[in-house]
Amino acid sequence: MADTNFDVVVIGGGPGGYVAAIRAAQLGLKACVVEREYLGGICLNWGCIPTKALLRSAEVGHLIQHAGDFGWSAENISFDLGKIVQRSRKVAKQLSQGVSFLLKKNKVPVVSGSGKLAGKGKVEVTDKDGKTSTLSAKNIILATGARARVLPGLEPDGKLIWTYREAMVPESLPKSMIVVGSGAIGIEFASFYNDLGVEVTVVEVVDRILSAEDEEISALAHKAFEKAGIWIMTSAKVTGVKKAKDSLTATIELADGKTESLTADRLISAVGIVGNVEELGLEGTKVRVERGHIEADGFGATGEPGVWAIGDLTGAPWLAHKASHEGILAVETIAGVKGLHPLDPASIPGCTYARPQVASVGLSEAKAKAAGRKVRVGRFPFMGNGKAIALGDPEGLVKTVFDADTGELLGAHMIGAEVTELIQGFGIAKSLETTEEDLMHTVFPHPTLSEMMHESVLDAYDRALHF
Amino acid sequence: MSVDILMPALSPTMEEGTLAKWLVKEGDSVASGDVIAEIETDKATMEVEAVDEGVVAKLIVAAGTEGVAVNAVIAVLADEGEDPASVQAGGGGAPAPAPAPAPAPAPAPAAAAPEKALVAAPAPVAAPATSGDSVLASPLARRLASQNGLDLSAIGGSGPNGRVVKRDIESAIAGGGAKAAPRAAASAPSSAAAGQPMPAGAGLDPRKIAAQLDMAYEEIPANNMRKTIARRLVEAKQTVPHFYLTVDIELDALLALRGQINKAVPEGVKISVNDMIILASAKALMDEPDTNASWAGDAVLNYASADVAVAVATENGLITPVIRDVQTKGLPKISAEMVDLATRAREGALKPHEYQGGTFTISNLGMFGIREFAAVINPPHGAILAVGKGEKRPVVRTADKGDELAIATVMSVTLSCDHRVVDGAVGARWLNAFQQRLENPLSMLL
Repeated sequence: MADTNFDVVVIGGGPGGYVAAIRAAQLGLKACVVEREYLGGICLNWGCIPTKALLRSAEVGHLIQHAGDFGWSAENISFDLGKIVQRSRKVAKQLSQGVSFLLKKNKVPVVSGSGKLAGKGKVEVTDKDGKTSTLSAKNIILATGARARVLPGLEPDGKLIWTYREAMVPESLPKSMIVVGSGAIGIEFASFYNDLGVEVTVVEVVDRILSAEDEEISALAHKAFEKAGIWIMTSAKVTGVKKAKDSLTATIELADGKTESLTADRLISAVGIVGNVEELGLEGTKVRVERGHIEADGFGATGEPGVWAIGDLTGAPWLAHKASHEGILAVETIAGVKGLHPLDPASIPGCTYARPQVASVGLSEAKAKAAGRKVRVGRFPFMGNGKAIALGDPEGLVKTVFDADTGELLGAHMIGAEVTELIQGFGIAKSLETTEEDLMHTVFPHPTLSEMMHESVLDAYDRALHF
Repeated sequence: MSVDILMPALSPTMEEGTLAKWLVKEGDSVASGDVIAEIETDKATMEVEAVDEGVVAKLIVAAGTEGVAVNAVIAVLADEGEDPASVQAGGGGAPAPAPAPAPAPAPAPAAAAPEKALVAAPAPVAAPATSGDSVLASPLARRLASQNGLDLSAIGGSGPNGRVVKRDIESAIAGGGAKAAPRAAASAPSSAAAGQPMPAGAGLDPRKIAAQLDMAYEEIPANNMRKTIARRLVEAKQTVPHFYLTVDIELDALLALRGQINKAVPEGVKISVNDMIILASAKALMDEPDTNASWAGDAVLNYASADVAVAVATENGLITPVIRDVQTKGLPKISAEMVDLATRAREGALKPHEYQGGTFTISNLGMFGIREFAAVINPPHGAILAVGKGEKRPVVRTADKGDELAIATVMSVTLSCDHRVVDGAVGARWLNAFQQRLENPLSMLL
């Protein structure tokens, strides 16, 4: 290897790590990325991107099945699971290669292997052949991400019990499936497999699905998924699994203490994630690990000078865009950029790409009230929007939550077609600190789904025009 | 030719006020100096006088309107002989807008005492109310500044290109005025905690609870004074680290001296114990100047003069008129000022400069029989003195033949200190000085 001295060594080439390295290069710092497997991390290879490709296939299928509604006829419809998976892998590969190109363009070398701290300012890299080398770095950014959390009794076996990883590359289509956990990952797979005709049951331990979302949105999502054919059990806990040859039976404890057993071909465990904190050489450093995640301040600094941590490794929300943003903040802090501020959790949007989609930013109505805010809430249903009806997607809601005293937009919550593309409008509004007045004065193009955002704001102030 | 009457600025920082009452109606003739309206600011009601003579052609802003912006047209005056019906606001082709509104804007506290160059007024002066327009600020920051009576141009922006954002307003409120927000140093990330939201209230809605539990009540809408009291005291208790020091003071020597003084002063003047407490506190502030101070976010302001604010209970709530330069004044003057300020405070007729500023507060509940209590600091003051009732109490005296029990007139006082400015020993030294002055009252007169 040519050069082993760097200003910044980033361990992990996911959306947090590679973005941090590019930003470092832009700021004139000498940076490299240490990656043990794939550039782009889980996000590009086994997460955000390939699932969006799968869900797109499911959506196309849904449209074809409803071709008659739009005046087309389609008969003898069928799909090839292998080709659906193949397309998803192709998309992931294309993007991973794109990252490789971006790093090259920014003159950021990629060191293949697993990196760990090896004394002050040193990173030891072990490649897949077991050969080690040492890099010197003024600053080390830990960006090793996270992996699926394993519940006792639900240990993934790659055959009957899957994680997101197996769920993304099925070789054959199971007839039935239990999805444990109803966060974004669980719900997206539930929606995908349900659209392909699999009999899906979602088991959620708390009393509602998508529990990070506003309660009203959770309830609407529950209804929509049930209507689509997904069976949902809330306040229900999988207490044991009995495996057969090509199926399994789960014991499920309900809120009232009764138990039920449920047999299915496969089970997907989607019960959260834990940080990849092991084998990072943290022993003897002042880096603190709390409940499977590294503690870092708002700028990524850990307890150990010169060691930074970003992304999933540092805890929730486990989102690629949060990791990227934290990577940029950490590198800019290292470079001494002035006027930086920690990431405001209320400004990080969250999206679930099921059918229907769910998207939100900021505080839910209940959280805003719990924080002592007096709120004004606006709601606008898809049914009142011309574009939604023309698209054939007249179900959904745009909800906005304002501080009644100051007009601050506290949160926005949406469910329905394309809301994951709409939410950033409210993201910008929040980031620029607009009040209801500015949003009311904004001209939204007609006819678009975005008009519902406008109407929801108007409704919060009892001025909705089209409902 | 018609003349617009504008909403006057009653203080340099005033941005809006309530037009409480019209004292004229359309068609009335007014002469220069006639009182035509009453304006309510956050603390006081002020009279607006006409500067021109003419006929009231139109009252544009209705009585009782809240949040009338400074310099908004509130009425139009037609010249004698002009048809009032033809007059329109801003019309008449008047090339120059109406002359300055009736009461010349109240002099700024700092301007009233030019010799006190060191004493910075707590709220920045100078910037006209409209200057916010040219300041780069987010819409939310603008609204929060206006709701909290802060001058945007005096607040350092920490957003992109120095834009004033919500966290800057929150820091300014926490720092006690429109102070520049300290910027998060990029090189010291661990210490940067900017942008923390203000702690919220308990989140309990008494209306809802009353409705649930079927409790009867009468709802009294909060006037500006009540809203200001609520906001400032919450700020004070949430953002000022209070601690409390109590001491017992013997008053017999002071009462004897007061009797002699009141025999000597002219008819109609009567020096109260409270007047002597005001003077003693000012003397003690000169003896121990570290307590005569304010926290300014990144510095301590040590005031050169003892401007003592005295809490006065009025029908609408609490107000603290200020007697300035108390250390230079004699008891008769202090007494006369106190009587005048208290009377006008109860009438709601104080001018803003008479209750703004001050460097130290006294709150006396002795007349209500209160033995001792702890008061909430009145920001940006560094301390407030809570005065209890003077009463006869047993005291232990050390005599040659050993300890003996005696009777003395004793008063307990409690000093609430802002620990950012006044440390425990500093506050204790001030209380000792205050006690010395009261127990050896002749020293105050020297």
